[in-house]
Formats: sequence, C-alpha cells, structure tokens
Amino acid sequence: MAYTALAAAVIVAAATMAGGCGLQSQEGTVPPIAETSPPTGNTDRFSVTVSRPASPPQVFTGMYDGHGEPITVSCTTCHTTRTPDATSRANADLNEFHTGLSVAHGNLACLSCHNPADYDSLKLADGTRIEFPDVMQLCAQCHSQQLTDFEHGAHGGMNGYWDLSRGPRTRKNCVDCHAPHTPRFPMMIPTFRPRDRFTDLEHQE
Amino acid sequence: MTPGNENQRRKLPELPILGQGPSRRTALKAAGATLGLAAFAKAVSPLVTIPENVSVEEFLQQHYKELTDEEKQTVFARLEAETRDEYEADVTISDPRPIPGVQFGYAINLDKCNGNGKCMEACHQENNHHRGNNQSYIRVLEISRGSMNLDSATLVGEHPVPQDDKFYMPVQCQQCANPPCVTVCPVEATWQEEDGIVVVDYNWCIGCRYCEAACPYHARRFNWEQPEIPPEEVNPDQAYLSNRIRPQGTVEKCHYCLHRTRVGRLPACLEACPTGARVFGDLNDPESEINWILKNKRVFVLKEELGTRPRFFYFFD
Repeated sequence: MAYTALAAAVIVAAATMAGGCGLQSQEGTVPPIAETSPPTGNTDRFSVTVSRPASPPQVFTGMYDGHGEPITVSCTTCHTTRTPDATSRANADLNEFHTGLSVAHGNLACLSCHNPADYDSLKLADGTRIEFPDVMQLCAQCHSQQLTDFEHGAHGGMNGYWDLSRGPRTRKNCVDCHAPHTPRFPMMIPTFRPRDRFTDLEHQE
Repeated sequence: MTPGNENQRRKLPELPILGQGPSRRTALKAAGATLGLAAFAKAVSPLVTIPENVSVEEFLQQHYKELTDEEKQTVFARLEAETRDEYEADVTISDPRPIPGVQFGYAINLDKCNGNGKCMEACHQENNHHRGNNQSYIRVLEISRGSMNLDSATLVGEHPVPQDDKFYMPVQCQQCANPPCVTVCPVEATWQEEDGIVVVDYNWCIGCRYCEAACPYHARRFNWEQPEIPPEEVNPDQAYLSNRIRPQGTVEKCHYCLHRTRVGRLPACLEACPTGARVFGDLNDPESEINWILKNKRVFVLKEELGTRPRFFYFFD
C-alpha cells in the first residue's frame, strides 16, 4: 500500500529535525510534526519527508572523459595525503579545484564544518563526525531559531498536504535553498507580472 | 371653461382606455403611459432574450445553494462538455465541501518574502486565468521600508528583487470573517462557507462589480474577456466554486485553492514559493503550523481598523 510504503520511507533527517532537538540520535521514527487530532477521526498520519543531499559530494576536476562526461573525484582523493590547514577561511586561501569557490558564511573556517579526519564527512563543533546527508544538524548548531521555525512549519516551505491525515508532505533541506558556502538567499528576477489593461501597450493590439 | 368649449368636447370621440374626454391632460397621460410601457418592456427585455453566449440550460440554472445533488451533477457535466467544446480540454469539475470543524488560515512571513512573484505565476496556472493579461488572484507589492502606504506601492517585476530599501507584500483575498464584498452583492452570488472561504457562483454573478468596489484589499477580479487558455495549459483539476474557467462578465477571487485545500492539499501559491514565506493550515487545530505562528510571531492583519477580521495574516521573524 502506498500509505505504508510512505510511512516506512520517513527519512531520518525528518524525524531527527522534528524531534525537538536537532542534535539527537540520527535514527528513529519520531513523528515529524507535533501530533494533532485529525478532523476525520483517523489516527493514522502520513509522513513528512525532508530531502537529503547526496553523500559524499564529488568535485569536478575540470576534465572530461572520452564520452564527454565530466570527471569528478571525491574529496578524500586528494585530502587523505595532505595536511589540513585549519586557517583557511577566505576565497583567496583556496586553490586547485576550489579556485573560484565563493565563501561568505560568517567568519567560519573550512574546518569549522569539514572534517579533517575524513573529508567525505562533516563534523560538529565538538568534533563529532556527521555525514553530509545529516547536514541540518550541523546548521542547527548556530541557527537554532531557524530550526525551531522549521520544526513548526514556519521556515522552509513545504509541498503536499497541510492535513497529514489525508496525505504526506515533503520538505526541503537547509542546503536546498541556502548554498552552504554562501548561505544568503540570492536575489531573483521576477519573470511574471500581470499586464495592465490600460497602460500595457502589448495588450492594446 | 366656456360653454362653447363644452359643446365642442361632446362631439369629439372619447379615448377608450381612459373613458375620459380628450384634453391636453389626458393626451399627456396616454403618451406617458405608452412611453412608460415601452421603457418597462425595454428594461425587462434582457430577461426574455437569452444572450448568444449563454445556453438555455445555463440561463435557467438555479443558484448553487438551490441545486439538488442531481442537478449539480447535470450542471457539472454540462460545464465539462462546454470546456471540451470551447477549450478542447478534458476536465473534471468537482465540488469539495468544507471539512467539518476546519477554519482555514494563511500567513505570510514578510521577512522572508523577496518579491519574486512565483506565487502569482502559480496562481495564474493553477486557476485557469486568462492568458492574455497574466491575471492572478495575487498582487505582490513592493513598498518602501518604513512605510505602510499601499497607495504608493508598486507591482514587482521591473527589476531584480529584493531591493535593499524595499519590502514585499503579497496581497490576495483575506477571507474576512466580516466580508464587505458579500454584504454588497445584490444577488447573493457570493457568500462565506463554513471553513471561512468566500466563494462565488460564477453562473449566478451578474457582473455588477459592487464587490470589487467594496473590497478594501482589491482582491476581486473582473473577467473583461472570455478567458483564452491553450488546451495543454488548462488545469483539468477543477471545482465549481473555484478554478473552473469563468465566464466573461463575472467576478472572481482567491478561494484558497479550495479544490486542493478541501482535500487536504496545500494551496498552489504556497507550494510555488521558493522562500518558504507562506504558511497555511487549520485555525481550529491548536497544534497547526498557522496557530504556532499566531502564538509565537509578531503578527498583524491588513487594514485591521476596517473591522473585516481577515483570516490572512502577515508576520515577521
């Protein structure tokens, strides 16, 4: 049944983020949003699924293979043989594959979030290893207000059903909207505008 | 009067309908009555002449609230057939009723909204608006910071957003608990349903536009033209009181996407918002997202002093 399949597919991040504290265990089936009494009297509730980034990320080398596909490597390809530089924090500090990467995220250094013990993972402020898909726990260390809002549906938007007794809901991850290195929401160009009956020349034929 | 005049009057024939002697006075009465009858006939002529773009069935159709379930099915089938003929699109017209015990509420985070206008576009597509004028039920206003003057607000779409000295405020139907648009309707073609949504029976509306004038939020729209929509762009998921293609000459408005929300789904404008500024839910559910915002955020309603009691809220982080 679609319902049970969806319920079973509750993603770990969803449960974790909604559990009241973003830094709790990574496994579990904590209800995604605070329990409510469904208007239909049906006590079964559909799940809230929070998207998760791919893990671990791959870096584009700038080269293409014989089929024209971009050649990517994992972070550890290079970083296992190099000494981590804890002082790197600015655009100017970056070289090779990272040239051109723009960083504007407070005063954070690379190793504030990236894990020098394993570059295919991240780390929390206390050094605990954390996987890329669980990045919301990492963000929530500083952005607790945003996490609180997210848990109550007041940050990040959603798709699907407002009424979880009738259908499931999907939600976005922090990094779906905020590039981790430049988290400020980008400017946009509005592409849609109502035309005025009187002043718009296009419409006057 | 002189005796001579009296004699002359007897010789003349009397006007039969009046049974009175002819005089300037009675002649004027007769002329007035004739003109009056003619004016009355002219005034009621629309009632006996069915306009060309209205079928006999539509002309004789009762008010939505007077229709039995069977009559509704007949009406919906007719509208589906008309849509197939005129728009070459197969659509389903449903009639979802309010969910018992639910009161819909909507809130927008003005700290998040950046004026990108995706909500207007989503509304345009979801609700089968006329493609010619990019109409939708939403206006995203750009307003100078430090001001709350809607008269000086402009519509977004001229430049990249957000501008540093501006804030952005989408305005759509506020689904007032005390709706002035409903009060002024002379034919009761618009009313408020149990879940708070103010709806329009587009087939009962006479297009007088009183409601458009009465709405303090400029939330109502008038169909100046018969909507033109390419077949592949017609949204087939339609409801009688919401997004079915409206006839020319009728007024329409935001209905909180009732064809979606009354089956539990989120409104189209909310799903389209890339900033997550929109929050929708049940005001009667103490655990709902919308209630959490009302309890925990700085919330205001637009033009509170008018006493319209909106179900639409604006808030800041």
